[in-house]
Amino acid sequence: MTESVAADEVDETNVSDLGSAERVLKRDETSAVLRLSEVEAAELAGDPDDPPTGTADEQRMILNMGPSHPSTHGVLRLMLEMEGETVLRSKPVIGYLHTGMEKTAEDLTYLQGPTNVTRMDYAAPLFSELSFSLAVEQLLGIDVPPRATWIRMLMCELNRAASHLLFQATNGMDVGAVSMMIYGWREREEVLRFFEKVTGLRMNHNYIRPGGVAADLHDGWQDDVRRLLELIPPRLDEYDTLLTGQPIFRERLQGVGVMTPAEALALSVTGPILRSTGYAWDLRRDQPYLAYDEVEFDVIVGTHGDAFDRYAIRLNEIRESLRIVEQILDLMPDGDYRTQDKKVTPPPRGRIDESMEALIHHFKIFTEGFHVPEGETYAAVESPRGELGCYLVSDGGPKPYRMHIRGPSFVNLQTLPHLMEGGLIADGVAVISSVDPIMGEVDR
Amino acid sequence: MTDEQSDEGPITEEGLVADEAVDGPSGPTAYGVPVVDASGQEVLHPTPAQWLETVKALRDDGFCMAIDLTAVDYSAHPGRTDLPEGVEPERFEVVASFIRHDDGRRVRLRAQVPESDPVVPSLFDIFPGTEAMEREAFDLVGVRFDGHPDPTRILMPEDWEGHPLRRDVAMGRIPVQFKDAPAPR
Repeated sequence: MTESVAADEVDETNVSDLGSAERVLKRDETSAVLRLSEVEAAELAGDPDDPPTGTADEQRMILNMGPSHPSTHGVLRLMLEMEGETVLRSKPVIGYLHTGMEKTAEDLTYLQGPTNVTRMDYAAPLFSELSFSLAVEQLLGIDVPPRATWIRMLMCELNRAASHLLFQATNGMDVGAVSMMIYGWREREEVLRFFEKVTGLRMNHNYIRPGGVAADLHDGWQDDVRRLLELIPPRLDEYDTLLTGQPIFRERLQGVGVMTPAEALALSVTGPILRSTGYAWDLRRDQPYLAYDEVEFDVIVGTHGDAFDRYAIRLNEIRESLRIVEQILDLMPDGDYRTQDKKVTPPPRGRIDESMEALIHHFKIFTEGFHVPEGETYAAVESPRGELGCYLVSDGGPKPYRMHIRGPSFVNLQTLPHLMEGGLIADGVAVISSVDPIMGEVDR
Repeated sequence: MTDEQSDEGPITEEGLVADEAVDGPSGPTAYGVPVVDASGQEVLHPTPAQWLETVKALRDDGFCMAIDLTAVDYSAHPGRTDLPEGVEPERFEVVASFIRHDDGRRVRLRAQVPESDPVVPSLFDIFPGTEAMEREAFDLVGVRFDGHPDPTRILMPEDWEGHPLRRDVAMGRIPVQFKDAPAPR
């Protein structure tokens, strides 16, 4: 079961005994990770006309699950070493969605950068945009106006809710509660509808940009947000009725994919998976960025570190996100939605007809792009999946010299073999789902 | 690879000491290696030979998580100015970030890795979470990690040749009708 830790009450990470991380440090064949290359796997393959003899308990089989499998959330392939129905070792095989986005970023200006990174975590696109923009702003040394900061917070928290709603949908579907899929998508769509009104797009918004956001909130945005705040919480209570207390659902998730805090820390796991072990670590509370130190919210932690805790944490994080959104409604300041630094922000359309300088700035920004001082920086935000970081190197030119995204899905995916070890293959599906990887971010 | 031995100064509460050793780095050091402040972020510059030792010192000092590890190919950026005195720029750089949870302190390590011998010790035995990150750095930039349990490609196909994030690898391009412009590189 989950408990909530009030942001101002607990300074510690809430855990006294971290447990042992010995299991994840193994490098020999007793490890849960099947370290087997394609070539080695092919050599192991027997002749299909000459099947091995013996009972299922005596045979080990290497089974490929994916890359196209309904429960693999895209194109994740798992190489599983099975003994009957039991998973012994496994290896996530990734790269099927690799499109070289970090390479692409080296050929895009800083203003075009968000169009690229927003396509990484397509369930929570605003967070990649945010970490990229924060990194660029750190190198530029500019401050964004307060309204831009609060708009970013509003959008990100709604995005977190949308992403976790999507998780509720896919998690329900994966473990057999198929009706949940329809409800989760339905509520997420309501949030995306608001995004469409603000950014023009349901996904891949390119809304948060270096220097602020692309456009101000529309007139009457408060009413749209209030509508969401009235609509979603009762639906979350319905989920509780439908899933949380339901014996079949609990049976399917409780005690499945268990991990200790020490293992999670050793594997660099962040986000709901780390918090499911009872370890309270949330960048919004522990290293506040934007204006998270001015709003009240709780960090949700689990107890057992199993798939059920990860489900419950995400469900309750939607509630916390909506609680933050409610406070933002009252606290949203007036003012500019992007910085007035003429070197970074394009001039308004009207100024171009009047001012030669405005025309020059406009032309420079959109042809060459603005130059960013030489240096390197790392900016991290708490995405729905964990710490999303952007490591940015500038050589002083108008394009990043190197842009690296620390994708939480990519790192969290390493937990899969350890969570699946010794479990049934059917539990493997619940484990993949509870890790909630987004393959766009894993492969980049 | 320079075989320079680290001269470990005393590690204080802050981890920052002014090192006065004769043959050591002249600027400020932390954990026995040069440290610089990069827009408010603490950046250490160990050599590949000091890499493992520095990370061990960090772990013993309470840094509980290796947040990120990546590599950069600096061959298209000569004349870098952000390195501290005494650190010679090399073609490759391995960058790793660590975090301490009790006070939230973050530290970034940047090791200069020569093109002639692009090898850095693997951090697997200290932080097993770097396994996938080191595979990615090897796959995309071509820095090898000595002692890695599974030194294979991770994102590119296993039989791929070359390392796409190196600067001498051209950007891919899809031919577009009516746009007969030459490729950018």
